Amino acid sequence: MKDLIIRPERCLGCRSCEIACAVAHSKSKSLFSALGEQPAPKKRIYVDCSPNLEISIPITCRHCEDAPCVSVCPTKALSQDEVTSIVSHNPDRCVDCWTCSMVCPRFLPLYRLIRVIGCWTSSMAYNRGVISRQTDAGVKCDLCQGRDIPACVEACPTHALVFYELEEIPGTKLPETTSELTG
Amino acid sequence: MEQKENEKSMDSDSETMLKKVYEKSIDPASQTILLKAKQEGVETAWDRYEKQLPQCSFGQLGVCCRNCNMGPCRIDPFGEGAEKGICGATADIIVARNLLRTIAAGAAAHSDHARDAVLAFKKMSEGAAGSYAIKDEAKLLSLASEYGIPTEGKNREKVASELADALLLEFGKQTGSLLCTMRAPEPRLKLWTELGIVPRGIDREIVECMHRTHMGVDNNATHILLQGLRTGLSDGWGGSMIATDVQDILFGTPQPRMSTVNLGVLSRDKVNVIVHGHEPILSEMIVEAAEDSELLKLAQEKGAAGINVAGICCTGNETLMRHGTPIAGTFLQQELAVITGAVEAMVVDVQCVMPSLGELSGCYHTKFISTSPKADFPNTVRMEFHEEKAYETAKEIIRVAVENFPFRNPEKVNIPREKQECMVGFSAEAILNALGGSPDPLIEAIKSGAVWGVGAVVGCNNVKIKHNYGHVNLVKELIKNNVLVVTTGCNAIACAEAGLLVPEASELAGEGLKAVCKALGIPPVLHMGSCVDISRILVLSSVLANRLGMDISDLPVAGAAPEWMSEKAVSIGAYVVSSGVFTVLGTVPPVLGSQAVTALLTRDLNNVVGASFAVEPDPFKAAALMLEHIDGKRKSLGLNSDR
Ligand code: SF4
Ligand code: SF4
Ligand code: SF4
Repeated sequence: MKDLIIRPERCLGCRSCEIACAVAHSKSKSLFSALGEQPAPKKRIYVDCSPNLEISIPITCRHCEDAPCVSVCPTKALSQDEVTSIVSHNPDRCVDCWTCSMVCPRFLPLYRLIRVIGCWTSSMAYNRGVISRQTDAGVKCDLCQGRDIPACVEACPTHALVFYELEEIPGTKLPETTSELTG
Repeated sequence: MEQKENEKSMDSDSETMLKKVYEKSIDPASQTILLKAKQEGVETAWDRYEKQLPQCSFGQLGVCCRNCNMGPCRIDPFGEGAEKGICGATADIIVARNLLRTIAAGAAAHSDHARDAVLAFKKMSEGAAGSYAIKDEAKLLSLASEYGIPTEGKNREKVASELADALLLEFGKQTGSLLCTMRAPEPRLKLWTELGIVPRGIDREIVECMHRTHMGVDNNATHILLQGLRTGLSDGWGGSMIATDVQDILFGTPQPRMSTVNLGVLSRDKVNVIVHGHEPILSEMIVEAAEDSELLKLAQEKGAAGINVAGICCTGNETLMRHGTPIAGTFLQQELAVITGAVEAMVVDVQCVMPSLGELSGCYHTKFISTSPKADFPNTVRMEFHEEKAYETAKEIIRVAVENFPFRNPEKVNIPREKQECMVGFSAEAILNALGGSPDPLIEAIKSGAVWGVGAVVGCNNVKIKHNYGHVNLVKELIKNNVLVVTTGCNAIACAEAGLLVPEASELAGEGLKAVCKALGIPPVLHMGSCVDISRILVLSSVLANRLGMDISDLPVAGAAPEWMSEKAVSIGAYVVSSGVFTVLGTVPPVLGSQAVTALLTRDLNNVVGASFAVEPDPFKAAALMLEHIDGKRKSLGLNSDR
């Protein structure tokens, strides 16, 4: 299956993806008309800033059915609503073990980057923060149902967001084991 | 089997290619060359537009600010993110400031063009620019009297020199207001005075825009926009008007004449020289040098049947209006002209010249010659143009073109057939002349309803709108409904290409307008000149309003810029609306990020200057808006308002 892959090293922080996502989830689907809509259309992607990595990181969660992150979380900090499949994160139970992020294909390139830079202190606040925000807002990335190419992917001028079969991008094949990823 | 499939895919390939080409332009000549471009693999503005898609939303909404280095800042239009810039600027402030800077740039372009015209005029009067002369003495004298310059006992050059000094003062004026504003109807001038938007020095307004938009200066959207109106007025009733006046004195006030337009004006057997840009200071000389016997002889030696000069954009409009020099195309046809493979030299000065021409010329034999001391481009042959040696330089430029003729590759040449006749040269003076010396016949025709109103349609091309689709359809709708159209700039060229600038086009007009056109022997669409010549439209509307003892905003008149793209167009919009003319824009200006600014421009300005903007990309709907507006004005005037 194709998924949205985040390549944080290419992100310039312009937030085009955010606006495009909101417009794609508006009633009119047009920037100019979406402006006045009530309720205001909601984005599913957030460009956060990582001061430790000195990069901007676009983050979005699909709240996949049978979310792998939920199933691997050893402390049950992550849980999933059976009906809405919304994933929630409970920071009180989280022990910062990274396991969830290693199984999420979307974030794989981010963790590769972090590995290369060796900046583990950047923590996982980003994707967790987004998961929480999306949970609060009751929205999730739906991969832009009805569109061939997700709006954010189309909008990103530097191709920091791509829409690919995982195997198509060399080196993005999911690792079999945790040790394979951390080398 | 395999081969068949190949053929099939090739067929559908060329079919999609064709379809794509038809989507880009309504003009058959342009379609032909766009297809050639595709086949030859050369890139045009349309291809580059596709690569820009989707365009940045913040930019489209005008909510990105780079005015200080705490930024860049941008406002989230959907209210989830930042609502203010770091300094606290809201979307309203940021949008208004950006708009003001745009107006300033547009006014600067027109007015700096005017300055150069006046400087050339000054040099001419002192005998330092021997290539130029006084062509319209009557206009010189009337302008001198307007500027309070005594003419008795002085020779023409002395008058010209004193007039030039007076005109130059308008640029740096520190006290009082611009003199041309006195041409506006009294109620209009009074309104401007009450609003505090009578323009002062031309340069001063532009400088003040830059000051006001500096971090931490003017931070009230309405207050900022009032300066926008004043700056616009400093262009329309200042820079542009001065440019028109001086150019008329130097090169002659246009009179009706016939010419031809579109890519088909390029010649198969002559040396083709294109003049592109905006200033007649250059193109006038090129046109003259192309008739130089020495160069004609050289052309013959090189195997050419002569030298053919054709224009693009407004420098083309200038020579078209005064000499009937043919025009090869509008703004979006500049690249297409080179792609015909038949252009020996593309000679440019300033404004609306695509930097892409450099690389593109390299694909053909075309020499891309840049001439303005202000404007250089990639891959040009630099031949700087100075008034002192204007004719010599023009000759050198033509010589380069002629010597390039043998390098034309016949295999790469494709000149479209389309070559359309047009009647041009309708300066305000010429229109009044055609009416028998007084505006009364036009006023009577408006009163009777034969002429329902006047539409001023102007502006550029923009890849966001199918080339010439907006221009031609809007104008056709208007004349069909008996609205007499006055046009300048690329709208005029587009209309000419569509065959709307010939007297026979009155067949497309409603009965009333048709009869008027036939009686006067004029087309239903009157070409009034280049973009700075929109000042002619202002003068003409003032003549009408004054004759009726009214304000311009009382007249059944509406404006439109169906395919606008340049900053100059924004300045034009500002002065046309502040002059009291309702104006429909065909592309969305980057202001929608602020509800306050949008409401001001599209509604509240009505209560301030008696006119406002509307945005409507569909030319048929835009025409309907203009007609509705004209109906309303007719009604208030007590005229028949039932179409
Ligand atoms: S794929 Fe669609 S829904 Fe998901 S983040 Fe991108 S724009 Fe939003
Ligand atoms: S559009 Fe691309 S570059 Fe811009 S913020 Fe989003 S991911 Fe980053
Ligand atoms: S002027 Fe204000 S809004 Fe503009 S970049 Fe500076 S801080 Fe940001």
